[in-house]
Amino acid sequence: MPHDYHLKDPHTEQRLFRNRMLVALLGVVFLLGVLVARFYNLQVVNYEDYRTQSDENRIQVRPVAPTRGLIYDRNGILLADNRASYNLSIVRERVRDMDATLELIGNLVRLDENDVAKFQKRLKRRRPSYEPVPLRFRLNDDEIARISVNQFRMPGVLVEAELVRYYSLGDLFAHSVGYVGRISDSDLNNFTEDDVRRYRGTRSIGKVGLERSYEDLLLGEVGYENVEINALSRVLRVLERQDPKPGADLVLNLDARLQQVASDALGDRRGAVVAIDVNSGGVLAFVSKPSFDPNLFVTGISFADYRALSDSLDVPLFNRAVQGRYPPGSTLKPLMGLGGLQAGIISRETTVKDPGFYKLPNDPRIYRDHVRWGHGEKVDLVQAMAQSCDVYFWDMAHRWDIDDMHSIASHFGLGAKTGIDLPIENSGLFPSRDWKRGARGMPWFPGDSLNAVLGQGFVLATPLQLAVMTATIANRGTHYRPQMVKSINGVEQPSEILHNLEARPDHWDLVFEGMEAVVNHSTGTGKRAGKDLDFRVAGKSGTAQVVGIAQGARYDSEALQERHRDHALFVAFAPVDNPRIAVSVLVENGEGGGKVAAPVARELFAEWMSRPQQELQKAANATHLGEGASNG
Amino acid sequence: MASRDFSHRLSDVHGSLRRPVSLSRRLHMDIPLLVLLLVLAALGLGVLYSASGGDMNYVRRQSIFMCVAFVGMFIVAQIPLDFYRRWSPWAYLAGCVLLVGVLFFGTKAMGAQRWLEIGGFRFQPSEVMKLGVPMAVAAYLHQRRLPPSLITVIGALAIVAVPAALIVRQPDLGTSILIAASGLFALYLAGLSWKMISVAAMALLVAAYPIWHWGLHDYQRQRILTLLNPDDDRFNTGWNIFNSKAAIGSGGIYGKGYLQGTQSQLDFLPESHTDFIIAVLSEEWGMRGALLLLLLYVLIIARGIYISFMAQYVFGRLLAGSITLTFFVYVFVNIGMVTGLLPVVGVPLPVISYGGTSLITLMAGFGLLMAVGTERRRVHF
Repeated sequence: MPHDYHLKDPHTEQRLFRNRMLVALLGVVFLLGVLVARFYNLQVVNYEDYRTQSDENRIQVRPVAPTRGLIYDRNGILLADNRASYNLSIVRERVRDMDATLELIGNLVRLDENDVAKFQKRLKRRRPSYEPVPLRFRLNDDEIARISVNQFRMPGVLVEAELVRYYSLGDLFAHSVGYVGRISDSDLNNFTEDDVRRYRGTRSIGKVGLERSYEDLLLGEVGYENVEINALSRVLRVLERQDPKPGADLVLNLDARLQQVASDALGDRRGAVVAIDVNSGGVLAFVSKPSFDPNLFVTGISFADYRALSDSLDVPLFNRAVQGRYPPGSTLKPLMGLGGLQAGIISRETTVKDPGFYKLPNDPRIYRDHVRWGHGEKVDLVQAMAQSCDVYFWDMAHRWDIDDMHSIASHFGLGAKTGIDLPIENSGLFPSRDWKRGARGMPWFPGDSLNAVLGQGFVLATPLQLAVMTATIANRGTHYRPQMVKSINGVEQPSEILHNLEARPDHWDLVFEGMEAVVNHSTGTGKRAGKDLDFRVAGKSGTAQVVGIAQGARYDSEALQERHRDHALFVAFAPVDNPRIAVSVLVENGEGGGKVAAPVARELFAEWMSRPQQELQKAANATHLGEGASNG
Repeated sequence: MASRDFSHRLSDVHGSLRRPVSLSRRLHMDIPLLVLLLVLAALGLGVLYSASGGDMNYVRRQSIFMCVAFVGMFIVAQIPLDFYRRWSPWAYLAGCVLLVGVLFFGTKAMGAQRWLEIGGFRFQPSEVMKLGVPMAVAAYLHQRRLPPSLITVIGALAIVAVPAALIVRQPDLGTSILIAASGLFALYLAGLSWKMISVAAMALLVAAYPIWHWGLHDYQRQRILTLLNPDDDRFNTGWNIFNSKAAIGSGGIYGKGYLQGTQSQLDFLPESHTDFIIAVLSEEWGMRGALLLLLLYVLIIARGIYISFMAQYVFGRLLAGSITLTFFVYVFVNIGMVTGLLPVVGVPLPVISYGGTSLITLMAGFGLLMAVGTERRRVHF
C-alpha cells in the first residue's frame, strides 16, 4: 500500500523514531552500566569471599578410616574378619530437599520406618555436614544398581563401600571376642576430643569382649585425604593423602578346636567352661552358653532380634564365665585343705569322725553332710577331698580363723577381679570379718566359717576365677593373670605373675593326691573326668545350692522349678605329673558336679592332650616369657 | 584504443552514477554485523566446550545448529522487506492459531505445555512469535499516522496481548513477557506518548499487588523471594544463584584459565552449558572475558541501532529497532539472572548458550535486521 506514505510525514516520523531510540539507548547504556558494576562487585570487590567459597566447594578434607585389626585364634584361624559391605549414605550438605530425596530412595530400595528413624537420629548428631550419613546398610547388588542408575536425580546420595566386621565362627566366640556395633549416642557422649578425631570416618566401635577391651589397638589411626569433589560429592581426584594406620592384629591364646569341643561338651545346657594354660595363664577355651550370633550386632541389630535375645529366659547375652557369680561349693576344698595345712590347723595325719552331721559347741544347730550316714570313723584330708566329706572341713573351719582363710583364698584370686583382658568382670566374693562388718553390719559367727569353707553362704566366684584358682594349684602357687591375647601384631605378650604362694612341697603333694583321688579313686566323685584317658587327671567336683538367682533375670514360674536345682561344678587339671591345662566347668542347675560337669572337663583334656607334644610345648614356650613356673 | 577508452569511461560514468556493487550488497549481508556474529559464535563454541566438560558432542551439535542458523539468516536476509510487511498479518494469525493448538494438543514436558509435535518433529510456536509479534506490530503501525492515536495504540496492544496471554497459559511467563516487550518496543519507538507510558506504568504499579497474589505460580513467587534473600535458601531455590555467583566471583579479574573453572568443571553449576553459561566464561576468563563479551553485544546492538536509524521506512525502522532492543533485553535478563540481579527465568544467553531453537530464531532476527539494512540499496538498485 504505497499510497499510505502520502498521508504521513516521513521526516517527522524519522525524527520521532530517532528521539525515541536515543532515549532507549540511554536506558541500554544505564543497564549495561549496571551489569558492568555487577561484574565489578562480584569479581573485584567480593573476589576474596567468592574465592574462599569456591575453594570450600571444591576441596574437602576427608577422613580415611583405618581397617580394623584382625583377630586370630592361637593357630591362625580367623575369628574376626573385615568384609566389604555396601551402604546407602546421604551427604546432608548436598541435599536440597531431604524429604523428597528419602521418598525417591524409598521407591528404589527397601526402606522401613526404622531405617528412616535411625537415619534422622544420626543426622541430628553434630558431625561435619559433608560427611556421609548412612541410611541403609548391606545393599544387595540389585539395590546398588537401582541407586546408581538414578543417582543423577539425587544429589548427595551415594553408595559407599565399607569394611564391616564378620565373625566367621559366629556364636562360638561371641562371649570372648565380642562384637563391634555402630557408634551410639552414649559412645559419643563419652568421647574425648581426641576420640572424635580418631573415629572420624569410622562407624563401628568395640562393644563387648576383646573387641572392646582392645578397642584402642584394633581401631588404628585415621588417615586423611584432600579430595576434589563435584556437586554430587563424587571424588574426582585425590590431591593429598595421609594413609591411615591399620589396627593391630591380635592372636589369642584361645584355641578354636578346644573351644568347639568345650561348647559341644556343654551342649544345650546353660553354663560356662574356662580352660587355662597352667604355665602362662593364657586362656585356651572360654565358653558361656547359651551364646548368640555376634554378626547380628555389627551394622545394627533389628528390634525383633534384640528383643528375642534380651527377653530370653536363658539370658544368652550374659557372659556367665566372667559375670556369673556362683557359690563355688566343694570346688574350694583343695584350696581350703592347703590353707589348713599351711596354717597348721591340720596335717597329713589329721582325721575326723564323720557321723553324717556336725555340731558346733554351744550351738544347737545341726550341719548335715551331703552323705547322710557319713564317711566313716577316720576321715583324713585325701579322703575328705576324694569323697567330698563336709564334716572334715567343718571341723577344720571351726578351728581356723576366717581372716586367714580369706587371705589364702585371695592368693588364688578369689574375691577379686582376675584382671583378665576383658572389659567386664565380676569380682565374686570371699568374706572376711571386716567385709561382714562393713557390708552387713554384723560380727563374724562361727557358722559363717562353716559355710565359707564349703564355698557357700557369702562365697561367690565366677567360673573364670575357679579356673584361675585351679591353674594356680596346678602349678603349685604361681598365680598368673589370665590372658586372652597371646600376641599383638606378632609381638608376644608376656605373662604376668600376680602372686607366688610359698607353700611346703609336701602340702602341695597332699593336695594333688587328694585331687587325683577325686578322679582316680574308686570312691572318687569325679571319676568321669578321667575316664579312658591315658594320663592322670586331678580335679574336684562341686555342687552349689541355688540360693538366689544372681543375674536378676525374669524367670517364669514354670521354669522356676528346674532353675532351683543345684549348679553342677567341676574344676580339674591335667596331667597330674606335669600339669598343662586347668579347667573349670559350671552347669547351671545341672545338679551333681561329678556327674554332669566332670565329663565336660574330660573332653577338653582329651582334646588338648591329643595334640603332639612338640606343638603344645612350642606354643607354651612362645607364650611363656615370664618367670619360670615352679613345676615341682 | 578508442573503444577501450570509451568502455573505460563508460564504466567510470557507471561508477559515479551508481554506487559500487559490492559482494556484500548483492548477498544482502551486513558485513560488520556478520563479522560480529561470527566472532560471537566462535566464542560461544569455545565456552561451550569448557562448559560441557570437554564434551565434543555438544560442540559438534551446536556447530551444526549454528550452520543451520547462519544459513537461515542468509535466506531471511534475501527476501524483500515489503514481502515481510505484507505477509506479517498472516504469519501472526498462523502463529496465534498454533498457540491455541498448543493449549489443546501440546506436548507436555517439565510441567508445561509448550510444544507442538508434527510428524515426530517438535517445535515451540512461541519461538515463532518472538519475531511474529514485533513484525505484526511494526506492519500495523506502518499503515498508521505516527505518533499513534489512542485507537491505534489500542489496536497495537491487542496484537501484543493475544499471543502474550496464550503463552502465559502454557505457562511460560518469561517468554510471554519478552514477546510482549518486543511488541511494546515497536509501539514505543513509533512514538507512543509519554503520557500513556506513565499511565501504563502507574497501572502496572497498582496491579502489582494482585498480580503477586493471584497472577503468579508459587515457584515464580519463590524465585523472586530467593532473589531478595538468596542465602536464606542456599540449598533449594538459591542453589543455582549461590553457585553461579561463587563461580563468577571466584574468577576475579583474570579468571582461573580456560577449562580450569572449578565451579563449572566440577558440576557445582547447574545448567552450566545453557542458561548459566556466562558463569563459566566469567569464572575461567574473569572480568576481562565478561567485559569482552559485553563489548561484543554492545557492538552488535550499536550496529542494530545504526541500521534502524538508516532505515527508510517505518516498517523496517520499527522492526529493526524492536529486534535490537529485544536482543539487548535477552542479554540483560540472562546476565542479570546469572549474576543474581533478577529472578531466574530460563532465558538463554544469545548465541552463546547451547540450544538450537533459540539460536535459529535469533539468527532469523538478525536476518531481518540485515534485510532492513540492505533495503535502501535494493530500492536504489
